[in-house]
Amino acid sequence: MSQLALVIDLNVCVGCHACVTNCKEWNTSGSAGALSDDNPYGKDPSGTFFNRVQTYEIGEFPKTETLHFPKSCLHCEDPPCVPVCPTGASYKREEDGIVLVDYDKCIGCRYCSWACPYGAREIDEHQKVMKKCTLCVDRIYDESLPERERKPACVLACPTSARLFGDVHDPDSEVSVAIREQGGYQLMPEWGTKPSNHYLPRRKNHVSYHKDELERADNPLKKEDYQVDASEPSLDDVTSW
Amino acid sequence: MQPAFSVIFLTTLIGMGQGLFLAIYTEQVYSVLNVVQSNSSDKFYAIASAVALVLLVLGLISSIFHLGRPERAWRAASMWRTSWLSREVIVLPIVMGLVFLFGMVHFMSWNPVIMQFGSVAVRLSLIIGAFATLATFALYIATGMIYACLKFLQEWHSPLTVINYLLLGSVSGFTLASVIAAYEQAELVPFFVGWSITLLIFAFIFRGASLMRNKRLRPKSTVQTAIGVRHNQIKQKSMGFMGGSMNTRDFFHGKTLLFLRSIKTIFLVLVFAVPLSMLIIALFKPSLTVLGIAAVAMYIGLLAERWYFFAEGNHPQNIYYQSIA
Ligand code: SF4
Ligand code: SF4
Repeated sequence: MSQLALVIDLNVCVGCHACVTNCKEWNTSGSAGALSDDNPYGKDPSGTFFNRVQTYEIGEFPKTETLHFPKSCLHCEDPPCVPVCPTGASYKREEDGIVLVDYDKCIGCRYCSWACPYGAREIDEHQKVMKKCTLCVDRIYDESLPERERKPACVLACPTSARLFGDVHDPDSEVSVAIREQGGYQLMPEWGTKPSNHYLPRRKNHVSYHKDELERADNPLKKEDYQVDASEPSLDDVTSW
Repeated sequence: MQPAFSVIFLTTLIGMGQGLFLAIYTEQVYSVLNVVQSNSSDKFYAIASAVALVLLVLGLISSIFHLGRPERAWRAASMWRTSWLSREVIVLPIVMGLVFLFGMVHFMSWNPVIMQFGSVAVRLSLIIGAFATLATFALYIATGMIYACLKFLQEWHSPLTVINYLLLGSVSGFTLASVIAAYEQAELVPFFVGWSITLLIFAFIFRGASLMRNKRLRPKSTVQTAIGVRHNQIKQKSMGFMGGSMNTRDFFHGKTLLFLRSIKTIFLVLVFAVPLSMLIIALFKPSLTVLGIAAVAMYIGLLAERWYFFAEGNHPQNIYYQSIA
């Protein structure tokens, strides 16, 4: 059984909102109908989005760091939003683990949005049904698209490749390797929802040297070092020609 | 959470309707067993059942305003295996049907004896009422569990939630029953008033316990666990958009702490203090006005109580929506 998911690399995300825009564009043009968007250019814009990029400041000035943090439905492996749904409109697919809403069954009772600790669900104010990230289920299997485009819209849009997409149950997939090797973690693990989407932390490369690594401890000529005649080329100078 | 008036009316109205039915059925059982001496008439039962039914129907109607797609509401009965909301949707019409039957049996005065135990005659209405009572309790539990089962709404995730739905619904129903008794059959007033006072005291104890519990709660989710960064100083600079969204509208009451506190005081006074004093007065000097004041104050108080209950629920998603710009 596979579990499709996104892995988002916070070390790379620059907070450009390209994924937000492309997500909205793709999902508002689909067969399920437009995502509502009221007053998009007016005073109080309000609309349905599946994905948002937030910004956090960590630390206190001047020792601060900015973190851009994209958030969409995490396609939990144990999704609390599914069992509470009275109609069965909210469901998790057996075959690929995507959590979806059947817009034809949903009665818009909002109960599932209460049951998602991440705030990933939004009611569509015009269709009056619950909506959320579908992991672009209508594109990742579309055989009329070239294979490299069968990925969620956000993944394709990201200019820094901060978003990886794949099967987190396959130990050898790109996403599983990234999670394993780069410290992938889940959001709010305290609720046992087992989110499938993972985040890769901010990480910096530090190299630490020991003092003896800076001295040429193994130099057989070390004793004579200070006596070397600088006018003559040394062995090192010769080999680095 | 942002309290939704449709749900506030739904829960208070059906709670009161269920309580009213429990009140008259309790009285009927007592009088059949000859614990209370009364010749409670079919008319009283019929009127009270009708009022209970009206309350249940009004609750159902107000719940429709909560749905985006009410025309599909029938689908909500399908997931009873997992969803408490679905269970509520199934049990509510069952309660309505049984209360209707119970009322009809009395209204038509067609109440044959089904079984006879010594001097106790078990009539048809007593049997219907027994099933209705079961259904009523199931409905209280389902309603309470809708909220109590959401584990990360820590304020709601407690047996106290279910107990309070049960007790507050019952006490409002018993109080209303005493009003109807004062209007229709005065000799029953002390019975209902006595029950109301007892239930009110229990309701106060358990509602108070839940207020105290919630005051001491510490949220399990923090901004650290929400974004997964281990640092004590994390501030949100932008939630990603400047307009509104469901995330900013549905999950926070948007009121000041002062407003919240005054609602709490109001409900404590209107649900407990005022009705308790009125009921005690009525114990000595039963009057329709005094009991009427008790019931009206209690219902208004319950609206405030329910508002407070919802507003108090602190949803972890709010952590992600702290700063607009
Ligand atoms: S992130 Fe929320 S909406 Fe998505 S599967 Fe998990 S609980 Fe459900
Ligand atoms: S809003 Fe729709 S998907 Fe969500 S719980 Fe209600 S019926 Fe199910």
